[in-house]
Amino acid sequence: MSQVKKIATREAYGNALAEFGESYPDLYVLDADLAAATKTGVFKKKYPERHIDCGIAEANMMGIAAGLSLTGVIPVASTFAMFAAGRAFEQVRNSIGYPNLNVKIGATHAGITVGEDGASHQCNEDIALMRSIPGMTILSPSDAVEARACVKAALDMEGPVYMRFGRAAVPVINDTPDYQFAIGKGEIVREGTDVTIVATGIMVNSALEAAEMLAADGICAEVINICTIKPLDVDLIVKSAKKTGKVVTAEEHSIIGGLGGAVCEALSEVYPVPVYRIGVRDVFGESGSAGALLAKYELDGNGVYRQVKNFLA
Amino acid sequence: MNNYELAVMANEVRKGIIAAVHGAKAGHPGGSLSAADIFTYLYFEEMNIDPKDPKKAERDRFVLSKGHTAPGLYSTLANRGYFPVEDLPTLRHLGSYLQGHPCLQHVPGVDMSSGSLGQGISAAVGMALGAKVKNKEFRVYTLLGDGEIEEGQVWEAAMFAGHRKLDNLVVIVDNNGLQIDGPVAEVCSPYPIDKKFEAFNFHVINLEDGNDMEQIRAAFTEARNTKGMPTAIIAHTLKGKGVSFMEGSVDWHGKAPNDAEYEMAMKDLERIGEALCHK
Repeated sequence: MSQVKKIATREAYGNALAEFGESYPDLYVLDADLAAATKTGVFKKKYPERHIDCGIAEANMMGIAAGLSLTGVIPVASTFAMFAAGRAFEQVRNSIGYPNLNVKIGATHAGITVGEDGASHQCNEDIALMRSIPGMTILSPSDAVEARACVKAALDMEGPVYMRFGRAAVPVINDTPDYQFAIGKGEIVREGTDVTIVATGIMVNSALEAAEMLAADGICAEVINICTIKPLDVDLIVKSAKKTGKVVTAEEHSIIGGLGGAVCEALSEVYPVPVYRIGVRDVFGESGSAGALLAKYELDGNGVYRQVKNFLA
Repeated sequence: MNNYELAVMANEVRKGIIAAVHGAKAGHPGGSLSAADIFTYLYFEEMNIDPKDPKKAERDRFVLSKGHTAPGLYSTLANRGYFPVEDLPTLRHLGSYLQGHPCLQHVPGVDMSSGSLGQGISAAVGMALGAKVKNKEFRVYTLLGDGEIEEGQVWEAAMFAGHRKLDNLVVIVDNNGLQIDGPVAEVCSPYPIDKKFEAFNFHVINLEDGNDMEQIRAAFTEARNTKGMPTAIIAHTLKGKGVSFMEGSVDWHGKAPNDAEYEMAMKDLERIGEALCHK
């Protein structure tokens, strides 16, 4: 088996909060009875007086975060993506987005890699929901290194940020000395000429695996890591589309309204090319292990490879 | 200000409400008028604020959770000196900073955007918690409608505030008894309101006449002296108070007076003003 280190982005998120607790004394973490699962428990242990458990009441938690932010606190409201973006959508929209408050939302357990809990907890709609809120910054890190960078960048900027993390351990792919992160900047992680794969979150790794397989078939795929889904790095995507003429998007999210939607919207206005969207194809998920679900929904390296091949055929 | 001066000012606030909704040809006069005395007491007597420095860090905060009664808040802020009273009739006009519901970013003195019912109280609770964790002395006030408390989020917020013993928080329920579809008791009764807040670990004050300055003063004084738990003031008020044909009428929840009705309403308020002068 491979020697690649695997860490869940939620774990990196919790560790980052605990790490930055010292240099950001106004950082407070809010939970809705899920500190153990969101991994903010690490922060809670280190800074118990700066951890606020709101109980199982996500709507109220978002409002409390809004109010706290108006007193000089930097609140990070933490729960599962289903409840952060789904249940509390209107609170995020009206109490955080509309007044443009400095609230950070840490949404863990996004996508189908939630696994065994099944469809009720697998949120494949959060990017679409959050993308529709004016002024919302959306970060979707591809691994533990990027997750940490996202937390730092979110704390350093003023305004609302939605951070999307996963439950399952995923390979660390950005652990390089020259790794840099900036909100709004995509990154070409593999250069190519035949097709562009624009990926976000854990799908960056699947895209890189697929690119390797495509190369064996003589297809040279360019892979772009889009960590910031909003504001989208349109220039980078258009530049690559001009080079390859074909674009595939890859996300652990519905093909409706997420990265695929964002890329299609941008390209259709600026530089229309054929686009194929890889993601959860307008269905609910189901119980199963994360790995089995990624395979079934064609979101692993093999699945991305097959779908890109079909698209190019 | 003494109670008499506050009553006179509340009448001026009511005139501003009528001018605003008349100018807007829309808006919510009924619940603005019922709460005019409470608005006035808060901004002219109770709260530590400075209209010249609306964002002062140590100021007391107010969140209008029943955000549709923005005309009441705006008229109070204008009369208090946050912006010109003459601007009130621009309410809801395109380009006006006086948005249909309170907007934090555009209206001086507004501490939180609101309007989607049930959300303001959570933000107020967050502010009160912020004062506690940052060791600040400021107090937080939030005004809710009696129809609004049908929203479940209100009780999430109340549970948290009681649990955290936020004694710097005062929740006021404007219990005028009417919501859009009819009497609150008939639509989906929130009663007993006092016992509900008691059950959520609030100190509860039943304010028998929420349109009477003496009683309002007594209630807020009691709230200020309450330690170890948040206070809920259940203010029994009269919807449309001060304008004869709006009083107790559900029809005037969200309707603006036409020109003739505007004249009648202003005459009512002039008469009340004169009567106060003769006292």
